[in-house]
Amino acid sequence: MDNLGNLLDGFANVLTPMNLLISLLGVTIGTAVGVLPGIGPAMTVALLLPVTYGMEPTQAFILFAGIFYGGMYGGSTTSILLNTPGESSSVVTAIEGNKMAKAGRAAQALATAAIGSFIAGTIATVLLVVAIPPVVAFAVSLGSPDYFALMLLAFVSVTAVLGASRIRGLAALLLGLVIGVIGIDQSGQQRLTLGIPQLADGIDVVVVAVGIFAVGEALWIAAHLRRKSGEVIPVGQPWMGREDWKRSWKPWLRGTAFGFPFGAVPAGGAEIPTFLSYVTEKKLSKHPEQFGKGAIEGVAGPEAANNASAAGTLVPMLAIGLPTNATAAVMLAAFEGYGIQPGPLLFSRESSLVWTLIASLFIGNLLLLVLNLPLAPAWARLLRIPRPYLYAGILFFASMGAYAVNAQPFDLFLLLILGLLGFGMRRFGLPVLPMIVGIILGPRAELHGRRALQLSGGELHGLLGGWVSWVIYTVVAVVLLWPLIGRFLVRPVRERLVTS
Amino acid sequence: MTILVGYVPSALGEAALRAAVEQARFRDESLLVVNTSRGDAYADPRLAPEADLERVVRELTAAGVPHAVRQLVRGRDAAEEIVEIVESEQISLVVIGIRHRTPVGKLIMGSSAQEILLRVPCPVLAVKAH
Repeated sequence: MDNLGNLLDGFANVLTPMNLLISLLGVTIGTAVGVLPGIGPAMTVALLLPVTYGMEPTQAFILFAGIFYGGMYGGSTTSILLNTPGESSSVVTAIEGNKMAKAGRAAQALATAAIGSFIAGTIATVLLVVAIPPVVAFAVSLGSPDYFALMLLAFVSVTAVLGASRIRGLAALLLGLVIGVIGIDQSGQQRLTLGIPQLADGIDVVVVAVGIFAVGEALWIAAHLRRKSGEVIPVGQPWMGREDWKRSWKPWLRGTAFGFPFGAVPAGGAEIPTFLSYVTEKKLSKHPEQFGKGAIEGVAGPEAANNASAAGTLVPMLAIGLPTNATAAVMLAAFEGYGIQPGPLLFSRESSLVWTLIASLFIGNLLLLVLNLPLAPAWARLLRIPRPYLYAGILFFASMGAYAVNAQPFDLFLLLILGLLGFGMRRFGLPVLPMIVGIILGPRAELHGRRALQLSGGELHGLLGGWVSWVIYTVVAVVLLWPLIGRFLVRPVRERLVTS
Repeated sequence: MTILVGYVPSALGEAALRAAVEQARFRDESLLVVNTSRGDAYADPRLAPEADLERVVRELTAAGVPHAVRQLVRGRDAAEEIVEIVESEQISLVVIGIRHRTPVGKLIMGSSAQEILLRVPCPVLAVKAH
């Protein structure tokens, strides 16, 4: 019951006027960037990093958490009314949501998305409170070899599980790891600094994140500005009838059950659980003929799943220091910016910060419901902003932020180079997530790897700690070798079954 | 000669269209309906949906006015597009809808109506919505 006390203390901390205001600001910004396609919470948190360095860490994280949760709400509005997903987590919502809107049921689609998001977000945040203490207790018992293995697993799973191509994922991961090692290493050697003194401290994470997310995206939009506007379906106040409630509540709960665990494992956040939720609802629905024509279950399930996965993402982030999506990765970078070491010790060292953050999730979720349910049509008006204005503003913020971290013009050149890199990655279909995870986890993986090897006097067996690392290495091997296993083991067995 | 009408899918656009039809009948001239959008936002309420344009065509056919409809989405302002058409084609009159703008709104967004009124070489008929 110690944690319940901590959580109540957290609520007491959040319920100050200033913190409530920051939470409101966070969820408002979050909803706005969620509504706008191409601008997501990861980019926004990166852009705001330099601004928040002057704030209390607690307040900064209340802001970031609000943005993170808000992005999940806003994305559905665009999916439903414009048929363009506002966020990668609401791609699936567009399938049924836009059909519903075209059939004149936009109000119900928006309502089931907002209420489902609220219910899933609340349940998943409760699950987070319940799940975190045992995960922390487990994580404290891990040694450096286990951490090294865990980070290796994160690298492998974000590259191999997600995306169409493993090669592209690995290429992006390697780019990230290379950028991560730039600077002076722990033994005092200069690595990849090319003799440039400004690089000796390494590249600031703010510059990397802003360059890849903001500048890269702006260049991409500039190169591909489609001279064609969509049509936002007009809608009044969102509401739901009794029939809609009856058809929505089960998908909400099932969506939560899909979203939370998938958010917590390093498989890239919301894409997989939303898709699984959609397929499940399609199978279980009493109205399968409506799927493809605007079934409310197909909006309710995925929207619950993406909010639940957002809460799930915070479990490994807070308890182990392991990011499972891009926003969590940037938030971890923010912890380091404040000199706070992420990991299981966070709960003993920064107990007040963490529990205030968790309490703010409950508050933010409630604010989001209030903000989104009646105001969804107003949010859709954001889509009328001409993109040149929008991206000019983003580039301005990006340059200002990149310059502000060290006050040296050199960072602006770096920002441009990284922006071009981000543009090139999009052009050639390289996923961004493995790269960002590589940059942020790379140096920490190196630290733990070195520690493990120092303890064993440089012998490789030092990397094999307890049973945990054995299990993880087995999983890594299976994930990596899966194409081969599929080819030589699964397929022959299946063929034999077919012939017999 | 042809009468050009700037059309937007709103009460204002409908008012302009009605006035233009009246003028076309009165002068016995053809009508060119122009709808434009810069097309750089995700959604532009001034871009007429296809169904809307089809309805306009039906109404004009029913009214017996010779007409053409042009929708332009190529990254330029409505005023620029209309001025260019007037300068390069045989246009006798431009019909547009106007509404009250606050000074601040005008400062930030500019005013297409003012641009057209001042720059078009032919007479302009400005209509208000009721």
